[in-house]
Amino acid sequence: MTKIVKRPGWEILAETAVEHLIRLCGVSSILFVFGIFFFVFREGSHFLFHGFRPGEFFFSQEWYPTSQSHVRYGVLALIAGTASVTVLAMALAVPFGIGAAVFVSEFCGTRAKETLKVVIELLAAIPSVVWGFIGLTVMNPLIIRWFHTPIGLNVLNGGVILALMSVPIIVSIGEDALKAVPDSYREAAIALGVTRWQLIYRVLLPAAKNGLLAAVLLGVGRAVGETMAVLMATGHAVKIPTSLMDSVRTLTATIAAELGEAPVHSDHYQVLFIIGILLFSITFAVNLTADLIVRGVRGK
Amino acid sequence: MFQANSHTRNKQRAEQAARAALFLMTLLMVVPLLLIVGYLFYEAWPILSFDFLITNPRNGMRAGGIWAPLLGTVYMVVISLLIATPIGVLAAVFLNEYARATWFTRVINLAVVNLAGVPSIVHALFGLGAFVLFAHLGKSIIAASLTLAIMTLPVIIASTREALASVPMPFREACWNVGATRWQTIRHVVLPNSISGILTGVILQVSRAAGETAPIMFTGAVFFKAIREGDIFAYHPFDQAMALSMHLFTISTQVPDVPKALPYGTAVVLVGTVLAVNAIAIAVRVRLRSRRKW
Repeated sequence: MTKIVKRPGWEILAETAVEHLIRLCGVSSILFVFGIFFFVFREGSHFLFHGFRPGEFFFSQEWYPTSQSHVRYGVLALIAGTASVTVLAMALAVPFGIGAAVFVSEFCGTRAKETLKVVIELLAAIPSVVWGFIGLTVMNPLIIRWFHTPIGLNVLNGGVILALMSVPIIVSIGEDALKAVPDSYREAAIALGVTRWQLIYRVLLPAAKNGLLAAVLLGVGRAVGETMAVLMATGHAVKIPTSLMDSVRTLTATIAAELGEAPVHSDHYQVLFIIGILLFSITFAVNLTADLIVRGVRGK
Repeated sequence: MFQANSHTRNKQRAEQAARAALFLMTLLMVVPLLLIVGYLFYEAWPILSFDFLITNPRNGMRAGGIWAPLLGTVYMVVISLLIATPIGVLAAVFLNEYARATWFTRVINLAVVNLAGVPSIVHALFGLGAFVLFAHLGKSIIAASLTLAIMTLPVIIASTREALASVPMPFREACWNVGATRWQTIRHVVLPNSISGILTGVILQVSRAAGETAPIMFTGAVFFKAIREGDIFAYHPFDQAMALSMHLFTISTQVPDVPKALPYGTAVVLVGTVLAVNAIAIAVRVRLRSRRKW
């Protein structure tokens, strides 16, 4: 005779509860992303629908949020600031990042590879405020000395700092992309007698190009969203830069610098939230594109 | 013997050149890390001592140590950890153990990716709008910790998920075959076998949360607040607090005439903590990976 052991009712109930909790946590990320958009939107919404002039916002260089008589909320110069440091950072970080990814993935022995990956991980872990501090105390005097400019807090400084910050993400995701190239590709190429460089240049890079593109996009996302480093390293001039030695102000830095002083629910305060919505939309689009590209690679 | 012809020699030369160039690129990435950390230590050396850690900033933050910001950071990190870990681990359990490959799961994945990509200053705006104003928590440690928790959630989700995915399917099947339910299997087989990955994620969360500045600037961190020295319960969760990262920002940009060693000392403590925490995460990973039985 078999005796059926029944689990106590409370245990089954507890289990059901836990499973519901797991489902809730599972969807929490969606709730948080919506929550972020909702609350940022909510704080800026009143001004967005009353008195907000998109033409002025996007196409005017005049950012005079605290002016008594001539209040202007044009973020063109801020967008130009963000774009200039991001472009410079990518011009430096993309070749170096992909070069390093190729080196780590193709030229290194197992041991060197593990060591380099650890170093890259540590590089990625340095807080942005420390990068900003480095820009302020190390890069600033160097730029003044080497380029004979009166001030070293400029596009060049911010761009180099941002490049150093985005390289790790490009390397680690780029390396994944190279690793994902099927071995049969390599074997076929090696069977034809190619050198390692020919293999990389003619086979691996074309085969991994989508993954590498995604790596670059995530680097762009990081650079656009970076706050403290650019706040400290790019100077505080709201203008469209004409050279690498011009000081600029980015979208992120503007929020960080002015939110503390803007009275809660004033127009100025709400405009800063609208800039937040703009930033959220930019990074959302960049990340979405990167994700679609990566999935496209996997789908094949 | 074989004699290399000119074509082969060219090929080999190109290979050598490429190798050298790529090596140089990698070197240019690694060297700054060593130079920077070395330089920070060099400049901070005169001020680093145990006293520096346990005395409050004094004299308009131009003297003294970093006790108040250090303790504030510990509070924020610990509370954000307590909030983010259960949510993150359970979310990863859902994604890896329950979710099927549907469009809805894809949306969740996309949300996780995007949550990781949202700029830190936008997290700050969210924290201000949602926790400080809407939830009436005011500027407080708890509001800052909640903001940090949401910001660092993807770190925990990603590494827990990786750990869960590496537990072989037969482990689960064996467990189901003896009549265990799904949750019992997870609780007694899957989670214990992936504890190393979860731990790594938690440690990385700590390092990320400790270094962030922007999200706490408007949600709970203050420029200056003196607390009782040596009392680790000096803050209340609904107080505002100083934070190490914010303190570094303040004394290097907002306060004039700060002695040079002070910000360097603060930076070294911050970088040192973050790098040490990361090193622990790496050590845990390597050690447990080598002990893995499958």
